[in-house]
Parts: sequence; structure tokens; C-alpha cells
Amino acid sequence: MKYIDEFRDGELARGLSAAIRQAADPARRYHFMEFCGGHTHAISRYGVTDLLPDNVRMIHGPGCPVCVLPIGRVDMAIRLALEAGVTLCTYGDTLRVPASDGLTLFKAKARGGDVRMVYSSADAVALAQKHPEKQVVFFAIGFETTTPPTAVAIRQAQALGLKNFSVLCCHVLTPSAISNILESPEVRQYGTVPLDGFIGPAHVSTIIGSQPYEFFAEEYRKPVVIAGFEPLDVMQAILMLIQQVNSGRAVVENEFSRAVTRDGNRKAQNLVAEVFELRRQFEWRGLGVVPYSGLRIRKEYAVFDAERRFAIDYRSVPDNKACECGAILRGVKRPQDCKIFGTVCTPENPVGSCMVSSEGACAAHYTYGRYKDSAGVPA
Amino acid sequence: MCLALPCRIVELCGDEKAVIDVSGMRKEISLALVEGVGIGDYVIVHVGYALTRLDPEEAEKTLALFAELGDAALQEAANEIH
Ligand code: SF4
Repeated sequence: MKYIDEFRDGELARGLSAAIRQAADPARRYHFMEFCGGHTHAISRYGVTDLLPDNVRMIHGPGCPVCVLPIGRVDMAIRLALEAGVTLCTYGDTLRVPASDGLTLFKAKARGGDVRMVYSSADAVALAQKHPEKQVVFFAIGFETTTPPTAVAIRQAQALGLKNFSVLCCHVLTPSAISNILESPEVRQYGTVPLDGFIGPAHVSTIIGSQPYEFFAEEYRKPVVIAGFEPLDVMQAILMLIQQVNSGRAVVENEFSRAVTRDGNRKAQNLVAEVFELRRQFEWRGLGVVPYSGLRIRKEYAVFDAERRFAIDYRSVPDNKACECGAILRGVKRPQDCKIFGTVCTPENPVGSCMVSSEGACAAHYTYGRYKDSAGVPA
Repeated sequence: MCLALPCRIVELCGDEKAVIDVSGMRKEISLALVEGVGIGDYVIVHVGYALTRLDPEEAEKTLALFAELGDAALQEAANEIH
């Protein structure tokens, strides 16, 4: 496919790999975090790590929206389906996220809950329109990429005068998560990860632009390179990060200029600002409670807010004790460090959320990387 | 979940909707989040919405840069060996 295949070209990859080797100073070690699950997936699937010199290490960040969804939020969706009797619409990825009492949305469906997978928020609106007798709730998760489509759906429901559509809003913000990785008190609990720079989000940045990362490059003196989700994009970004580190710079650079501008998508930003406001705090799986890191629906649109309509409250639930997702999402542990990785916890039967989505660090490592480890090659 | 693909617009349907072509499959998407896109443009599509237009010139420039950097590096590597 055009604009995909060219960015996976093996010849070009060989060239970039040579460029990275030449740029990397053998006397230094480089630790870069790719924030997004999309990058984690590309790195694992295309074996990008094999094309890097040993002193360049990639650390998987928390940017997989399914992986950071806390158990308590999935519980709310399950309660809506089983206790409030709503028709719960959700993106496919959330169906298998483990929640309390051994339940998932998928199992809730088997128990008689009306849980439906939708491809788009617009499908949920259409369902509500078609079935005025049902209360339809859209379980809205995701980063800045997925938030504008939810805003459009709410506005559409308003324009249609729907009385039976609402949204369980679990949208979260990328920049707050990145700052949290660098400065939260939990860093003490998990130890710190040495981080020399970040690969910034691809699709999130099409919406918010490259500008929001500027503060953060300056404040924490960490280079940020925004990159597309194809393997060559990731390699080029690594090269750019190495060059910044070598020259002592810490600025925001944009490798994904074919889709990202400094200002981002203003139309989408305005829609989001119209419908949503900041929550004072939001709990993330792995990162804990992060101040001003999530969105809720403004009171002007309160009738579309499932949390108000059904008076369900959020209850925090700790993760499975064996699960190392918390440390993995912060980059201080690797999937293979988890005792139950690949044995008890597998993509078919995930215990933690990092194993659920193909963008999760554990799932990506299970699918593309574990054989290499078992052959005794250090990862 | 964050997967989003560059897709070509083949038809505009009014009401902020368009049809895209994905490897020969046609699919309707929403243009509610973008402005000024037309038939033949590539847009990045995520959960049924176009997020942004893809800039073909920038794409070419990026690919040319990959090739240039890679060639120079492979050349240098070859020189070291000889
Ligand atoms: S392997 Fe499973 S249980 Fe272990 S950290 Fe990953 S998701 Fe959690």
C-alpha cells in the first residue's frame, strides 16, 4: 500500500542501520523510550532492535491505551452492562481486558450482558438511533487520537436529539503521562530508568501537534523526536535522537512531517475543548493516579455522560500481584522479567493488560520476541 | 488500537463523509475532523475518521532523506572495509 510499503523497505533499513551504527558513540550508552504502543509493535514486529548497535536500548513506554486502562474503569463498563442493563458499545481491544472477579467484558457478554463491539463511535450513535428503547453507552477509551471521534459522536447525538446515548469517558492525555514517568514519587518505588530521549507519538501528534512537547524537552532536558509508526520512521527517529544526545541538544524534532505540524489539527482540538474538560486526576494502570491526565464531559453535555446518567462511581482496584505491568509501563522492567510471562499469562489468556492489545509490551514481546530470548541471546 | 492507515479518498458523499479505498476495498469514513480534503488526497484514518491529510511532498522528502543518509553510511562502511 502506498505510504506504507516504502516505509518498510529492507534496503533503506540497511542504510539507516549503518547510519545509526556510525552515529552511535561506542563510549556512550543510549536509552530511548518509545512512548507509543504503535512504535513498540513496529520495533518488535520488524526486529528493529536487531538492527541497532548494543549500546542503543529501546524502552517500551505506557502509550498503549488498552494497557493503561485501570481495572476499576473496566469494572464500571461491566456493571453498566450487567447491572444497569445498558447496551454497551466498545472498541474490540477492551473486550478481553481482565477486570475484577475474573470477569472481562467478553465474559460479561456470555453472562447475558448486551456488549457489542463497534469499529467507530459513529456506529454506537447509529445503534442508539435505531433502538430508541435501549440505553446505549459508548465505552470511550484512548489518547488524543481517539478523543476527537468521541467528541464528534456526542455532538452528533445532541444534533439528533438522542435521549438514549451516553459515553463512559476514559480518555487520557499523553503529555501528562510523559511528565509523570520522569518525575512521579513512584519512580522511587520502581527505581529510575535512565532515559536519554523519547520517540514521540505519531497519530496523537497529528491532533495535538509537536508544540506540546516543547515545554517538556526544555524543562527536563530530554530530546523528543516525533515519528511515524513504520519501521523506517522509528529508525530515523533513533538516529535523530542519537545526534541530539551527541551534540548535547534537547529539542523537539519532527520525523513525521508528512502528517504532523507544529500546531496540529485545530478543528479537532476545538471540538475536543468544546465537549471535554480536564479531570483533576485520573488513575492509570501502571502509573497510578496522575493529576490532570484525563478528560471528562463538560456539564453542558452532562446528559451524554454515562457517569452522571447512571450514577456509577469509580472504585480503584489493585492489579494482580504477580503482574509487573506497572514496572513495565514505566520502562523499569521488561516483559521477560515477569514470572508468569508466557506461562500463566499469554495473549489467549491475559492476566495483565500489557498482554491484551497487540501494542502492549508483553503481547508484542510474546508474539515477536520470546523465541530469541529462549535461544539465550540477551535482549 | 492506535493503528491508523493512510488511505486514498475516492469519493465525497456530502454530510462530511467520504469513501476510501483500502487495497481495493471501499469503506465509508467521516471527514468531520479535517478541512479542505478532496478526491485523490491521502488521509490518515483512525476508527472511521480522517485525522489529517497526508502531505505527499513531505513523504517524498522523508524517503529521499532515508536514502541519502543510508547511501552515505553504506559508502562509508564499504570504505572502512577496503
Ligand atoms: S506477562 Fe502478563 S502478568 Fe506479566 S507483566 Fe505482562 S501482562 Fe502482567
